[in-house]
Amino acid sequence: MKTAARSRFARIEGLPIIVVSVLIIGLFMITAPSVFLRPEIYTSTMLSTAPPLILLATGLTFVIAAGEIDLSFPSIIGFSGCAFAILFKLHGLGWIAILAALAAGVLIGFINGVLVAKVGIPSFIATLGTGFFWNGMATFWSGGKSYALRGVEDTSVYQILVGNLPIGDPATYVWYSQISVQAVWMAAIVVFLWFVLNRHRFGEHILFIGDSNDVSRVVGVDVDWEKIKLFTMMGLLAAIAAIMLTLENRNYFGNQGQGYLLTAIAAVLIGGTSIFGGKATIVGTVFGAVLIYLMEPGLVAAGATAETVQIMRGLVFLIAVIFYLFMDEPARRRALLARFMIRTSSGPAKPAGERPAQPTRGS
Amino acid sequence: MRLRPAAKGRIRGEGLQMTAAMAESASFANIVRLAGVQKYFGAVHALRNINMAVGRNEIVGLIGDNGAGKSTLIKTITGVHKPTSGRIFVRDKEIDLDAYSVGKAHDLSIETVYQDKSLGEKQPLWRNFFVGRQIVNRFGFIDVKKEKEIANDILLNTIGFRGVGISVDSTVQLLSGGERQGISIGRAMHFNSDLIILDEPTAALGVKEVRKVLDFVRRIKESGRASIYIEHNLAHVHEVADRLIVLDRGEIVAEIRPSEMTVAELTKYLINIQHER
Repeated sequence: MKTAARSRFARIEGLPIIVVSVLIIGLFMITAPSVFLRPEIYTSTMLSTAPPLILLATGLTFVIAAGEIDLSFPSIIGFSGCAFAILFKLHGLGWIAILAALAAGVLIGFINGVLVAKVGIPSFIATLGTGFFWNGMATFWSGGKSYALRGVEDTSVYQILVGNLPIGDPATYVWYSQISVQAVWMAAIVVFLWFVLNRHRFGEHILFIGDSNDVSRVVGVDVDWEKIKLFTMMGLLAAIAAIMLTLENRNYFGNQGQGYLLTAIAAVLIGGTSIFGGKATIVGTVFGAVLIYLMEPGLVAAGATAETVQIMRGLVFLIAVIFYLFMDEPARRRALLARFMIRTSSGPAKPAGERPAQPTRGS
Repeated sequence: MRLRPAAKGRIRGEGLQMTAAMAESASFANIVRLAGVQKYFGAVHALRNINMAVGRNEIVGLIGDNGAGKSTLIKTITGVHKPTSGRIFVRDKEIDLDAYSVGKAHDLSIETVYQDKSLGEKQPLWRNFFVGRQIVNRFGFIDVKKEKEIANDILLNTIGFRGVGISVDSTVQLLSGGERQGISIGRAMHFNSDLIILDEPTAALGVKEVRKVLDFVRRIKESGRASIYIEHNLAHVHEVADRLIVLDRGEIVAEIRPSEMTVAELTKYLINIQHER
């Protein structure tokens, strides 16, 4: 019974990162109690500014699970945000501006997918190129200017997408009156995508593609088409993030997406998705994103400077990647432990060599 | 390749239902028959006037030296290569060779088990059994519970993995080479492949693992299916095959019943053929 309970506990998705997140938040509660023991940091700050990061990281979880990468999403944020801001502000198109921004993201993602799957350019190179291209296009279209969306708070677009939930009186600034709608949208999308990855044919195909393109083809997966869908989905999520960012800031500026490149990739890998593809966890990604997000206020509140935040993020990122590398690859782990002369016994399912031989029939 | 409607219908029904292929099976003698098949790759005459048949419950061993044309022959049967001339019959019905393809071969319940290319390493066994032909609702969401139940049934009853610490949640990377072949063969059997083509399944395996694979091959026979078994090692194929077809330089040079010859005699015989020609 004891071992059954333990193995069920060990099977919780994203367990290592959940433990680390709880520990680090606990640490921040000790070092900066005035910030981390109050609800505002979680409700009004995190829930209104973290959703774009979490959405991007969730999309990237699929991309990395398929053994690919998308470096163009910060530029999609730039271009989609630009499309939205200009159509919304200069042409007064309201919801049509939202649809246009989403369509731009879908189109850019689709082009990425075609370049990778049909033209055959490695995704690292293809999305590096399209990233530069769309970033340039956004600057060209916006004239390099930023667009302040004054008065946007009174539109239905704002209230439905990024306003506050109608709980309590916002004027009082009580924490529960400041919960943002985009957190609800984000949660709904992330839960839906969890089911897509773990329970849908598309998610299963993505995992097999990440495992091996050849195997996927042999078992009948349309690898090219699934990759096109994958990059298109990433484009759509980047566009949603762009709309949330632009509305939340009530302002569009050209490089609003640039800060997300490393943080989103770091969130995915800290969460436990394999850098080699084939294995992914959305729960891990969400906790990874929360951890990466909270490190800045946490360290700053504890008196650290901005460069310390960078250093710590880089360090946590590398430690996490090394940790999962040895978790995922029993051969490497054994080789490392053998070097330190440590003997281990692994979990319930052991590699073939360590199990008793299967009884064979006849001869 | 999209999910084929025929395969989908098969999965929708429970485990081992009658399929179109099985219903037809009542009335055929040979699962596959080749008549006068020739294959040229440019000037190279790869297959010379091949005439052969595989009975509906027969294990046929295909032996021959490297470059004898074994793979070309297999790829012709499975629709990878189109023959230059000749006719192919599946279940005694002639195939339209212009429309024949790997997908068509699958629809006709012909499946090839490749050595390394048929399982996703990091994926659990239940996903490996069903990938490409998942049990889904109309929105494409997988019925995980049902897939796991059926996978467990295949594991215990079709393949016979009992008490070896493997469950449907185990990932493929934990399995030995022989066990992996077992999973691939079990999958082919579950999806009612009437002809399972094994391409050197024992290559690079240890002695114990080879024993397991040969047991799986026997299970194909016991379950009433047919198999074409390509093998380098004469002792292995001699042990399980009902009939051996010897290929040399693109030509069938002998058909042997293992009961008529010991492995030693067989080896001598093959060397003589080489010298005579």
